[in-house]
Amino acid sequence: MTDQAMIENELRALLRDCLGLSQQRVDAFDADTGLFGHLPELDSMAVATLLTEMEDRLGLVIEDDEIDGEMLESFGALLAFVTAKRQAG
Amino acid sequence: MHFASYTAPGGQEELALTFGDPSASTRLLVLPAWFDEANKLRHFSVELMRALERAGVASVLPDLPGCNESLAPLAAHDLASWRSAALAASQAYGCTHVLAIRAGVNLAPDLPGWAYAPLAGKAALRALLRARVVAAKEAGRSESSEALLQTGKNEGLALGGYHLGAEMVAALARAELPAHGLHTLTPADFDAAGLWLRAEPDHDGAQAEALAARIVQDVQG
Repeated sequence: MTDQAMIENELRALLRDCLGLSQQRVDAFDADTGLFGHLPELDSMAVATLLTEMEDRLGLVIEDDEIDGEMLESFGALLAFVTAKRQAG
Repeated sequence: MHFASYTAPGGQEELALTFGDPSASTRLLVLPAWFDEANKLRHFSVELMRALERAGVASVLPDLPGCNESLAPLAAHDLASWRSAALAASQAYGCTHVLAIRAGVNLAPDLPGWAYAPLAGKAALRALLRARVVAAKEAGRSESSEALLQTGKNEGLALGGYHLGAEMVAALARAELPAHGLHTLTPADFDAAGLWLRAEPDHDGAQAEALAARIVQDVQG
């Protein structure tokens, strides 16, 4: 499995666990699938939990100033953020 | 299930839920998850204890001072006073084993038992600080975890609706995962996900049953 495919699988699994969705449902997420702002259950505590779990599972450290609405806007944006972090790291 | 109370250091009475026969040879001290996670794991914890009771294992779930039904102000408590309270509850009910849930591991008295998805105190604090930073951003304000932590260490801080005293913030910031002799179990061991991750509270009866079965199996050796 490529690094990119691994990241994508982990992110889908993470959203499945955080949002209580079926695997089938998260498998259908594409780059345009809306996240924060589109999903009412993602409040600030849920976002913090999601980011902290993302750090643990993907071996990242996310700084305060990197957290913004844009990275959480869509599945594609979140994937691009994590991919860039992994390449920079 | 019975409502009981134990005397925490400082003299105040704190609520405890007890399950099973008080004369059972095995009695488990269940140390709850903290703060936001406490809510998300409460139903799971209690259902787990009901499953243990059906298998003949007694258990007790104490309130931590400053939480749930407690009359004590949370800001007056810190890690050391919570540890003393956990020990007092353990002694009051003659506990033989401990099940520490998530950050509860930071309070575990010296008993054999299990740590369920253990979380260091500093990691619990980091998640609360981050939630506050995210909430501030949504409201168009800028706060940083570092500055908040400094303020918290000096004068205490409200995080996720919990008023933590300066000593609690300072103690949590230092709290690495303690060296414990407990068996670590995680949701992955039961092919399940952690309910604390859920954006909205939910329950997983199958996981509660599986965790209880594993504990019973270990106890019966």
